[in-house]
Amino acid sequence: MPTNAPAALADATASDAALRRFLHGLPGIDPVGLEARAASLGTRSIKTTAKAYAIDLAISMIDLTTLEGADTPGKVRALAAKAVHPDPLDRTTPATAAVCVYPDMVATAKEALKGSDVKVASVATAFPAGRAALPVKLADVRDAVAAGADEIDMVIDRGAFLAGHYLKVYEEIAAVKAECGDKARLKVIFETGELSTYDNIRRASWLGMMGGADFIKTSTGKVAVNATPPNTLVLLEAVRDYRAQTGVQVGVKPAGGIRSTKDAIKFLVLVNETVGEDWLDNHWFRFGASSLLNDLLMQRQKLATGRYSGPDYVTVD
Amino acid sequence: MASAFEYAPAPESRSVVDIAPSYGLFIDGEFVDAADGKVFKTVSPSSEEVLSEVAQAGEADVDRAVKAARKAFEKWSALPGSERAKYLFRIARIIQERSRELAVLETLDNGKPIKETRDADLPLVAAHFFYYAGWADKLDHAGYGPNPKPLGVAGQVIPWNFPLLMLAWKIAPALATGNTVVLKPAETTPLTALFFADICRQAGLPKGVVNILTGYGDAGAALVEHPDVNKVAFTGSTAVGKKIARHVAGTDKKVTLELGGKGANIVFDDAPIDQAVEGIVNGIFFNQGQVCCAGSRLLVQESIQDELLDSLKRRLSTLRLGDPLDKNTDIGAINSAEQLARITALAETGEAEGAERWSPECELPSAGYWFAPTLFTNVTQAHTIARDEIFGPVLSVLSFRTPDEAVAKANNSQYGLSAGIWTEKGSRILAVANKLRAGVVWANTFNKFDPTSPFGGYKESGFGREGGRHGLEGYLDV
Amino acid sequence: MSETSSSSSTRLSVFKTYKLYVGGKFPRSESGRVYEVSDSKGKWLANAPLSSRKDARDAVVAARKAFGGWSGATAYNRGQILYRVAEMLEGRREQFVREVADAEGLSKSKAGAVVDAAIDRWVWYAGWTDKIAQIVGGANPVAGPYFNLSTPEPTGVVTVVAPQESSFLGLVSVIAPVIATGNTAVVIASEKAPLPALSLGEVLATSDLPGGVVNILSGKAAEMGPHLAAHQDVNAIDLAGADSVLATELEIAAADNLKRVLRPGAADWSADPGTHRMTAFLETKTVWHPTGSLGASGSAY
Repeated sequence: MPTNAPAALADATASDAALRRFLHGLPGIDPVGLEARAASLGTRSIKTTAKAYAIDLAISMIDLTTLEGADTPGKVRALAAKAVHPDPLDRTTPATAAVCVYPDMVATAKEALKGSDVKVASVATAFPAGRAALPVKLADVRDAVAAGADEIDMVIDRGAFLAGHYLKVYEEIAAVKAECGDKARLKVIFETGELSTYDNIRRASWLGMMGGADFIKTSTGKVAVNATPPNTLVLLEAVRDYRAQTGVQVGVKPAGGIRSTKDAIKFLVLVNETVGEDWLDNHWFRFGASSLLNDLLMQRQKLATGRYSGPDYVTVD
Repeated sequence: MASAFEYAPAPESRSVVDIAPSYGLFIDGEFVDAADGKVFKTVSPSSEEVLSEVAQAGEADVDRAVKAARKAFEKWSALPGSERAKYLFRIARIIQERSRELAVLETLDNGKPIKETRDADLPLVAAHFFYYAGWADKLDHAGYGPNPKPLGVAGQVIPWNFPLLMLAWKIAPALATGNTVVLKPAETTPLTALFFADICRQAGLPKGVVNILTGYGDAGAALVEHPDVNKVAFTGSTAVGKKIARHVAGTDKKVTLELGGKGANIVFDDAPIDQAVEGIVNGIFFNQGQVCCAGSRLLVQESIQDELLDSLKRRLSTLRLGDPLDKNTDIGAINSAEQLARITALAETGEAEGAERWSPECELPSAGYWFAPTLFTNVTQAHTIARDEIFGPVLSVLSFRTPDEAVAKANNSQYGLSAGIWTEKGSRILAVANKLRAGVVWANTFNKFDPTSPFGGYKESGFGREGGRHGLEGYLDV
Repeated sequence: MSETSSSSSTRLSVFKTYKLYVGGKFPRSESGRVYEVSDSKGKWLANAPLSSRKDARDAVVAARKAFGGWSGATAYNRGQILYRVAEMLEGRREQFVREVADAEGLSKSKAGAVVDAAIDRWVWYAGWTDKIAQIVGGANPVAGPYFNLSTPEPTGVVTVVAPQESSFLGLVSVIAPVIATGNTAVVIASEKAPLPALSLGEVLATSDLPGGVVNILSGKAAEMGPHLAAHQDVNAIDLAGADSVLATELEIAAADNLKRVLRPGAADWSADPGTHRMTAFLETKTVWHPTGSLGASGSAY
């Protein structure tokens, strides 16, 4: 089995017991204090120049996503076009970071995005439930990478995690990472809504990073509770502490439920005041979202013109 | 912390508050000049701008106000509790309506960030009046026997750190129980109390029930010593508290005192570290540390000291010091030049006694009274900064080895107002809380306040409790 | 104690040497001084120790030493011990009736009623030990995700200036509420009638009450009081037996470390005692702890 944990943490992954001891030895999280901190950062007032900066940054961090059973090549091409030029009325608008699709749409997306810097991300590993045998999951990943995916968004086996089989989760992440090789960056999705507690989310974050995650990601967008400021704050604290301990920097991606400019800016404030400017870049922070983009565009138009915009002045996809 | 993401200024508008060029004393429902015509200026500590000129009460004014309160007492105390309740409910509602105005005013006069006046002071002020309003017609059920009686005229002297909140803590229970009030706000923060006088007018409160005397310590002393005052309530320094305790000796005056503190914030090695760091920051930098229950002594288990200090320093580097009216300001101005000098001198003592001083990079505005968030390490129980209340944004860091030692060090103080405990182990929380000699113990949180929650100290932090059912006792003849 | 019954016997009675009760032991005054105690008609009853400020100091040390254990004992245990005091007194009722009659110039039957009331007072406070916290403490419904509980705690070492006239019922009425809640006491007995107090020490010593919880000094309140009122390791003072001049002096001295002061008031020791003598020496401690939700569910933006 490949091991991706940095030398400093190699002992922690030596056995299931060792891994449990390590993960359960991480500092606990008091939910009320965590939520209060997230809420307090949510009261930051981001105005004028700071708002303009934040809106463009947020646009550039979006993994513009379509993950529907009804996805078609036409839908994916439309999304790709929007990713490259989010606002047809204003070509100074930055492109999004990536489009995010199912593996069978990777080739279509890749083709549509040719010549742009926009990446193709693909969910894999039997997304969103992750309930398939490992060889099937790995084949899913292999397919997507072969089709040209720049990034793979995998889901962890929440069942194994909740049953306490941490080594199994770890080894699966490591195996997926091996499939990605140096072709694709790996995002590890925890489905935080199913892990339920913040302590679990912190443990999963470390497990993901030790397994080789390039990004850790809150959720699939397919369950009731997706990205929230507090659960994203837990991820941010984890990448901050992980870098301090190992020297390795890992990105963060909240996904699902972030729909307004106001929300997006709150997340950027969390990034700014928890991990700082080293993460204020789409190489290290992403938003997994779809409807968020139009709200950012309308707010951007408002800042530029002084008028409130409306839905007819941004594109539907 | 320098960042690509610079927050643009986001100032709250000053235009919501209209400060008159001068104010009189509020006696018997009227604004009047001081008998000797004296006035003093109140300035904004963040800019040194003069905000207004207010009357300076002297002995004659104190006498006039006490007489007005005495005259009003008969009718006020005879009102059915349900009627007194409605006045207090009215006041609570008007405070809510005018809370933005009052928050801006408090920030201007006190120097604390608008974030705090808006999100902490004002909501608590309104809540306090709501809470005690409900008690006014339920005193028979408060556990002090049937039909408990008010004391009479309450002389109340409050500090400058939470001007309107301390006013609420004093006036709400006093009126609910049927007493009348003469209140003296601190000389550096008279304005919100004067606006409160206007709220009493809007609420139709009978004349003389609340009287506000702006002035200095001499007026406070005259109020405390006035022979027709039945109740003395004081929040402020321990030194003045002791003077008051001596003054009332041999009289029938009932006294409650909320005085100084040197709260220990104890962090065990199994603490929720990120929340503990927030709690430490909140404990000592909330209101620039000008808080009697501040967690000014950090007691950290030696085994995690380095790790915790790294986290704490990183966190302090994100604090935003500056214009108190800016909605993103975390650290505002020190309340007065005098207080700044006191903090400065104590911090210098800390250095002179060999403690190691650290502050984040932090540019202080050129006008006004400012002090950078400061942390002292290598502090022991023997250091002045571990014993004396600094009342400023200065944290002394000490270490301990075992729970026993933590408790012994925490209790090794003349004060006993507040303490904090950070650990994920439930039994340890209860065991340590049980042993701490402090009136308020925050476990895995800090600096939380609520009108239903009794507040007050052990030992030289004073006596009596404010808030909750307990807060009624100080205003009842029981 | 006088010689009696010489008609039937020539036996000399055995006098009792009255001693202080400090730290569970029965020392003489370190000063070596005694003073004469007489009955209401001026007849000599005994010599009592004339305690000094050093005796008072020793008593504070003993009271402080006993505080941790006594305040940490379960309320049930304290109740058992207070009840035991009543049991022991009941057994020595005749002795106390005699001493009270001598001390206060009462008839046997009136003295008997006083002693009965004093015994009943111990029973009353024995029952309070595990109830007072439920009466004066409780959960506070704060507006936030926090559990918040107020509990009463003993303030510490309490100096008690015992009533001068009511040498036994008054004495018991001021000691019992102090220790029922877990405080420890340094008691200055009635100056002119200290014998029932000194005998009470003997009862306390045989009632499972840990040494130092109650310390009884005889002598002059005006001599010891100022030292105890100014003592920095005393937390509170009950001025029940101080006259108005002394009470004012002691209250001023007590301000040095902000002792809790219970001023002298109208004293009808046979009346329902209420709870105020207990609450006067209780602190309220309020502990907060976050509650929050069970899981990281949908926190709103």
